[in-house]
Amino acid sequence: MIRPILLALLIPVAALAADIPLAERRSGYDFMSAGTQEMQREDALNPGMLWVAEGEALWSEAPSASAKSCAGCHGDAAASMRGVATRYPAFDDRTQKPVDLSQRINACRETHQQQPGYPAESRPLLGLAAYIGFQSRGLRVTPPDDPRLREARARGQALFSTPMGQLSFSCAQCHDDNWGKKLAGSPIPQAHPTGYPIYRLEWQSMGSLQRRLRNCMTGVRAEPFSYGATELVELELYLNGRAAGMAVETPGVRP
Amino acid sequence: MVRALINCPKTAKKGEIVEIKTMISHVMETGYRPGADGKVVPRDILRRFTVRYAGEEIFSADLYPATAANPFISFHTVATQSGTFSFTWDGDNGFTQTETVAIIVT
Repeated sequence: MIRPILLALLIPVAALAADIPLAERRSGYDFMSAGTQEMQREDALNPGMLWVAEGEALWSEAPSASAKSCAGCHGDAAASMRGVATRYPAFDDRTQKPVDLSQRINACRETHQQQPGYPAESRPLLGLAAYIGFQSRGLRVTPPDDPRLREARARGQALFSTPMGQLSFSCAQCHDDNWGKKLAGSPIPQAHPTGYPIYRLEWQSMGSLQRRLRNCMTGVRAEPFSYGATELVELELYLNGRAAGMAVETPGVRP
Repeated sequence: MVRALINCPKTAKKGEIVEIKTMISHVMETGYRPGADGKVVPRDILRRFTVRYAGEEIFSADLYPATAANPFISFHTVATQSGTFSFTWDGDNGFTQTETVAIIVT
């Protein structure tokens, strides 16, 4: 009789222990070279600021004669969008699903501006996400404590520790168990999504968290989930909870 | 028009050395890479960057396919007089863009 109880007690504890304690949480920034760190730190050097500037221009630009601009409803982004990015993904009442920031931007565009959503990874979408994320730079990641998100977050966590691809690696095997070590000469970071969208030197461009997640999946030779897939949003949701309390860095620069 | 960021002091003392930092949004496609369809993506790079200060050319640079996307170029110059800096990028496919920034020299 004792054994099943012990097992039942051990399993949740083991699941919790996988989370990196707040004091040990380190941004990907800490694993970069001094030069790349400076590139992120100095706005004049940070190519992500080009996308922020793009988003800033789009913010106050009406997409058509009959539609309002973002600023037409939300006003000054510095005030209205401050802290918003720290809370995404969040639960969307309309679709009854968790949505990430890019999906929220597109939903706003479709319902309030009567425009087609921007394609995934398109310049205006990354620009707006970068501009909105930028308004939270330096603030702490504060995942919403919404009971409706719990199941999706748990699914994200399960996916995080599910081995995938021909190499049969889970996210957790690298980013929970072996962070700080090297993989093919590159440091393994803890995979905190604090700087998204990021300017990645390898991409020579800006990219979203979903692009980065798909990238890792291709790396372990798994077929990546498509852009906007529920699984990716659930992973994002789990990652945001896992990074709770860390500072937002958008626009981040990564090697 | 693409985004360009220019970081330049608004005011300077006469004779002061000032640092100017520029960055422009550009793919800098090398012309050597195959696209998703296997065909080589045609070259699309910036070829020349020129800076004029109160009408006079003070700095220029040639750019080549090995230059990274969104080129960042910084340089120093001596603040001699109040006026405008004009920054021009010229490139493939008839690309040309000019940005201007004013400086007050006391």
